[in-house]
Amino acid sequence: MGEILYLIPLFPLLGFLANGLLGRWLSERQSGMVASMAVLGSFMISAQALLALLALPEEQRLFTQSLFAWIPVGALQIDIGYTFDPLSAVMTMVVSGVGLLIHIYSIGYMHGDPGIRRYFSFLNLFTFMMLTLVLADNLVLLFLGWEGVGLCSYLLIGFWFDDEAKARAGMKAFIVNRIGDAGFIVAMVLLYTQFGTLSITEIAQAAPGAQVGRGFFTAVTMLMFLGATGKSAQIPLYVWLPDAMAGPTPVSALIHAATMVTAGVYLIARNSVLFTLAPATMMLVAIIGILTAFYAATIAVTQNDIKKVLAYSTISQLGYMFTAVGVGAFSAGIFHLMTHAFFKGLLFLGAGSVIHGLKGEQDMGKMGGLKEYLPTTYWTMTVGVLAISGIPGLSGFFSKDEILWSAFSQHEGFRWIWLLGVLTAGLTAFYMSRLLFRTFYGEATWKETHKPHESPSVMTIPLVLLAFLSIFGGYVGIPEVLGGINRFHHFLQPVLASYPIVSESAQHGSHLLELLLMAVSILIVLAGLYYAYRIYVRRPSLAEDLAQRLKPAYKLSFNKYYIDEVYDHLIVQPFTALASFSWKWFDVQVVDGTVNESGRSIGRLSALIRRIQNGFIQHYASIILLGVIFILLYLLLD
Amino acid sequence: MVVPIYHVLIFAALLFVIGVIGVLFRRSAIIVFMSIEIMLNAVNLAFIAFSRYHGNVNGQVFVFFIMTLAAVEVAVGLAIIISLFRNLQTSDITEIHMMKH
Repeated sequence: MGEILYLIPLFPLLGFLANGLLGRWLSERQSGMVASMAVLGSFMISAQALLALLALPEEQRLFTQSLFAWIPVGALQIDIGYTFDPLSAVMTMVVSGVGLLIHIYSIGYMHGDPGIRRYFSFLNLFTFMMLTLVLADNLVLLFLGWEGVGLCSYLLIGFWFDDEAKARAGMKAFIVNRIGDAGFIVAMVLLYTQFGTLSITEIAQAAPGAQVGRGFFTAVTMLMFLGATGKSAQIPLYVWLPDAMAGPTPVSALIHAATMVTAGVYLIARNSVLFTLAPATMMLVAIIGILTAFYAATIAVTQNDIKKVLAYSTISQLGYMFTAVGVGAFSAGIFHLMTHAFFKGLLFLGAGSVIHGLKGEQDMGKMGGLKEYLPTTYWTMTVGVLAISGIPGLSGFFSKDEILWSAFSQHEGFRWIWLLGVLTAGLTAFYMSRLLFRTFYGEATWKETHKPHESPSVMTIPLVLLAFLSIFGGYVGIPEVLGGINRFHHFLQPVLASYPIVSESAQHGSHLLELLLMAVSILIVLAGLYYAYRIYVRRPSLAEDLAQRLKPAYKLSFNKYYIDEVYDHLIVQPFTALASFSWKWFDVQVVDGTVNESGRSIGRLSALIRRIQNGFIQHYASIILLGVIFILLYLLLD
Repeated sequence: MVVPIYHVLIFAALLFVIGVIGVLFRRSAIIVFMSIEIMLNAVNLAFIAFSRYHGNVNGQVFVFFIMTLAAVEVAVGLAIIISLFRNLQTSDITEIHMMKH
């Protein structure tokens, strides 16, 4: 099985080349078909590899393939090598599976866009890079994928680059990610100086017995985590993700919800051995995760742009995943990553269907009453909302609950993390149902301007499939307390480090306590749903009243805590001032001054010398004569 | 009677100096040109003197070459001077300085 692993990333690469180089000879439909077929190929191979993996006994579940030496420099030997283990398997299935549905959906969504071939080639390139990232067997190849998806993210956010604001949003995403990537690079250098290799498995084997201070692993993991906060939009580097909504909606679904932004969680899970050796970093990851989850949820409550709500919701859900990996429940983090890819992909595509139906309208204030006009979109999005809220029986419930329980049982000092997590779950239920009610219920405010229509089946079929996955995707990880055996956890366990504290204290907690906590979180979620129903369906005027009564809090949340403004004043403006000083003073005066002055002084010197060149032939002849006399004198005197 | 080589060389040197002075100080392009010819002939004379002194004919062969080249040079040089005169109505080289800087 190992020898055909290279096909998984190869197909999208070929698709990228086909659309990128030969796109002008392809019709719009062919272009979309080529791109979708490429991802379908990856999906088929991944599925085949997954089945082969499942057929093996637990401890042998590993396929590897080394294609060729990529960077052989002295002792540093880096191969293009792929690893297919349970963790990679989950990631490739999510990337190629959800990616396939989004490619198909894009055929309908991007219909008629003049740049559609460019769009599909970028989307294929993204899939190639993302698959490289999750299949890489060494950190450098992983980093190639990491940067590659960042590049595609930039290209696709700024896809409609003739709109200045959208082009800027792309640049913002790229620059903010650079900060995190710097951390990643330094972490790689530190690891190389210590272990002399960048192979993920070799480092993981050498790390526990390494003769280094504890500070070493803390430093390395902190730097990696910095990279993860950039890519996965966590505090303090989350600011790019809301702006990234400038891209086409399927891009938001694929890159900024389902796959790329989860790369940080994958990075931590992939290097779980290193992270478990650095308890300080783990604690920081958990704290940043839960704070981001809660903080982003409070912003999502007041946003009016349907995609912005989903963007903050994504940041919040990513926070949950980081909380999970931070408390050592790596498999729970990956589980939530997978279910989130289903339901958030679904929600984004649903939002895209609404936007498509209203000819580009994104303001929820101008929607409402769309239930009858977009029936398929309506019921699939309802499934998505219920899944993300954590209604029992849907996928989000199982993964979110596993995270909350892990946070609770991990350590007594972390109980507040559980509490914040439950509050966030309530907020999530509230703002997601707010989105649903404001879009599909209530008064239609678009009557004069739009004639909404249901999207074509090429868009609704992916919605239905994702709704199906959002419902049943969680059944691979039913916890023991509910009579399941949590297959997902056992499937991933061999490749993830176990954090000793988790298992010990998880044994202390009784099943009764777990059920009780589950009930509490369900109650809070139901409360969130109920209040959203009361405010947005029963008495729409209540929303205004509440906003008036809680004006300071409302304004703070509506303006996203003014973080963009704070960053602008603290970082962007000083930087711009420095840049303008460097330009207007240093560059103009010093650099240009030196060059111009050297030019001018040569000019002055030449003005002196040119007097010799007066055009009188006899003058020249005299000088020649003088020269000859000097040579002769020299020869005579020598 | 054999003329001593010194005499011939001194005579050649004198001729050469006369040529140099002509090139440097006369204003007519034709005279300057003739002075160059005098310099060439001075050199030819020196060649012949050494050729005879050393009993080696190589010097005389050189002289033939120089005379040939001088003839060619005259053809080209006179053509240039005529062309200049046609364009500028002068052959005074102090007035011909369009190539200044």
